[in-house]
Amino acid sequence: MADKPSYKFNKDKTKTPMREQSPQARIYNFEEVPLGYSEDEATREAQRCIQCKDKPCQSGCPVGVDIPAFMRLVGEQDYEGALRKIKETNFLPAICGRVCPQEDQCELVCNLNKPDKGREPGGVGRVERFLGDYALENNLDIRPECAAPTGKKVAIIGSGPAGLTAASDLVQKGHDVTVFEALHRPGGVLFYGIPEFRLPKAILVKEIEGLKKMGVTFVMNYPVGKAESLKSIRDRFDATFIATGAGLPWFLDIPGENLNGVYSANEFLCRVNLMGAWRFPETDTPVKEMKRIAVIGAGNTAMDSARTSKRLDPKKVYLIYRRSRLEMPARAEEIHHAEEEGIEFNLLHSPLRILDDGTGAVCGIECQEMQLGEPDASGRRRPVPIEGKTKVFEVDTVVIAIGQGPNPLLTADVPELARDERRGTITVDEDTMQSVTWPDVFAGGDIVTGGATVILAMGAGRKAATAMHGYLMTGSCTV
Amino acid sequence: MGNRIVAARLLADKTMLFEIEAEHIARGGRAGQFVILRVSDEGERIPLTIAHRDEAKGTITIVAQEVGKTTKDLNALGVGDEILDLAGPLGKPTDIPSGGKTVLCVGGGIGNAVVWPLATAMKAAGNKVITILGARTKDLLILEDEVRAVSDEFIVTTDDGSHGREGLVTDAIQGLIDDGVAIDECVCIGPVIMMKFVCRTTQPAGIKTLASLNPIMVDGTGMCGACRVTVGGKTRFACVEGPEFDGHQVDFDELMTRLSYYKPEEARSLERSRHVCRMDEQADALAKQDR
Repeated sequence: MADKPSYKFNKDKTKTPMREQSPQARIYNFEEVPLGYSEDEATREAQRCIQCKDKPCQSGCPVGVDIPAFMRLVGEQDYEGALRKIKETNFLPAICGRVCPQEDQCELVCNLNKPDKGREPGGVGRVERFLGDYALENNLDIRPECAAPTGKKVAIIGSGPAGLTAASDLVQKGHDVTVFEALHRPGGVLFYGIPEFRLPKAILVKEIEGLKKMGVTFVMNYPVGKAESLKSIRDRFDATFIATGAGLPWFLDIPGENLNGVYSANEFLCRVNLMGAWRFPETDTPVKEMKRIAVIGAGNTAMDSARTSKRLDPKKVYLIYRRSRLEMPARAEEIHHAEEEGIEFNLLHSPLRILDDGTGAVCGIECQEMQLGEPDASGRRRPVPIEGKTKVFEVDTVVIAIGQGPNPLLTADVPELARDERRGTITVDEDTMQSVTWPDVFAGGDIVTGGATVILAMGAGRKAATAMHGYLMTGSCTV
Repeated sequence: MGNRIVAARLLADKTMLFEIEAEHIARGGRAGQFVILRVSDEGERIPLTIAHRDEAKGTITIVAQEVGKTTKDLNALGVGDEILDLAGPLGKPTDIPSGGKTVLCVGGGIGNAVVWPLATAMKAAGNKVITILGARTKDLLILEDEVRAVSDEFIVTTDDGSHGREGLVTDAIQGLIDDGVAIDECVCIGPVIMMKFVCRTTQPAGIKTLASLNPIMVDGTGMCGACRVTVGGKTRFACVEGPEFDGHQVDFDELMTRLSYYKPEEARSLERSRHVCRMDEQADALAKQDR
């Protein structure tokens, strides 16, 4: 500790740049776009943190990471110490550093963040990612101590971000944790949804290996509700956390939607990410060769779909959205990357029907041209049709990325479990994530909120784990 | 991993039966449900119907016909091998009448493997089971003894007349209708074209008919929608809302079109695996010469 370099502030107004693959290069591969920081770059960026006392960043983080503390340690080049600090609250830094929308959370509220003065917030996400990668590259087995076994058994249904976070928290508190996953790979949306070039699967697998080392048991190919009833799980475990996500794809309900060449974003991304169709025929699952693609929607899943399809060597990728740029729900960075990669945005176009080439396959999509009208209930200006103006995009593939609903596989088998009938989401106490039906059942993530973000699901996993620990040890969720 | 194969039997050319250790599926599965499996790390997920369950032994039986690379890889496995990934039971169980009904079970080709559990469950519930099994020719007719054992009346048809009656299953159905046999319900499973014509035969006679559909699936848990089918003008997911639907409402032509979408890729994958096999053989031969 004696030789630790002293912490010196870096007064740069903007973030230390991160090297990126050029758009020209990256559209031909599935490797990551931002290449990560070197030790020097990470240290320099961490030293931009002014170590303020009020720590708005920590409050802005859904899982409450002590950001100034780990920034300071990185600034002092104590990477292992920084990792230990971050892992007290976040077991998956290599993932969060990549997929969290920091610009809406910790970095948004950073005291440095003064866009009018040309000053950028501290690059929290970039430094976090550096730490996660540093641990994985150096095979550092840094993990918090687990408390003495409590003898309590916990079932976690779903291995996505909410399930993994709850598993990590509960195993640290000494509980015997089993995670059940319906698919053959753990990670939920982190595996099947988020593309390789945003979150390399090898990194996800390594982070999950860390959880296994801490004693979490993973059971794959086990769709609870089908393989075993929730009732039977409840009989076998002292508490259960349902984190089955929003896996039910929405369609547009327009003519031609069942033509060959029309995919839900889930199917398209599952084929490519989960099944590795981008390497077909080395892998056995194909995705059809596509020349001209229309992706419908403008959220993160739409950007992922568009950017994924761009890497399958098509001539043209259109993104079609019925509102304007201002209303696009995707992260700014994703929109920026998509545009850089040559995705052609067609805003204020609303799909009317998908056209048949005569053999049952797609040959185009006809859209209604729109303009912005008066604000609707959500405060966004409502798109209204421009009478008589339609446009046909000639495409052989349509990917529908307009959102997902809660996965009904488990809930369909337990009609007595309280839920919002219209949305299909499980009803829980907002503070404890405890189901209003059974005290031993908790739920969190997209199955409660409907389609949201990875980090919000992680936050829900954390909240549920805290309450579950209280429930298991004292019978009361408030500890 | 588990999922160990405890019995394997060749039923017909390129058609294998496997009995697999899968205790929870043996216990919880019901007639009409299916499993999704994968046989290699780069492998595809494919759905196969549970043909039989033995709760006491904790095993399930599946039947696979080699049509693509995955089924070829699967059928190369033998006793003692393990299935890499096996998930289930998936889909909705068949709605079995609670007894006293006359039920017609119609199977064709590999679909006969699904008639087996359906007829078994129908019979066990106290219904009268009339079964018609069809095949192109005698050697391709599978599970005849097993299905006969759970049927009150049993009819076989072959296209070439090499076994049972010459003709199609629809001829036999029409025969029953013409003879005035009172059929309360029909369930059919087999090639899509067969199911389409079974439904077309039973519709004028007003016989409620379920068709067990076999669309392309990826996850099999309601997540991807690859398996969507049009039933009564509405889009349904066969994996979670099916696989059985009112056959008189199913758009079979759309199903056939959707099933054909990946035919070129399936052929390419299979051809590549054969090519790789041949290269391995040649490499082995050269290695031997070298020695």
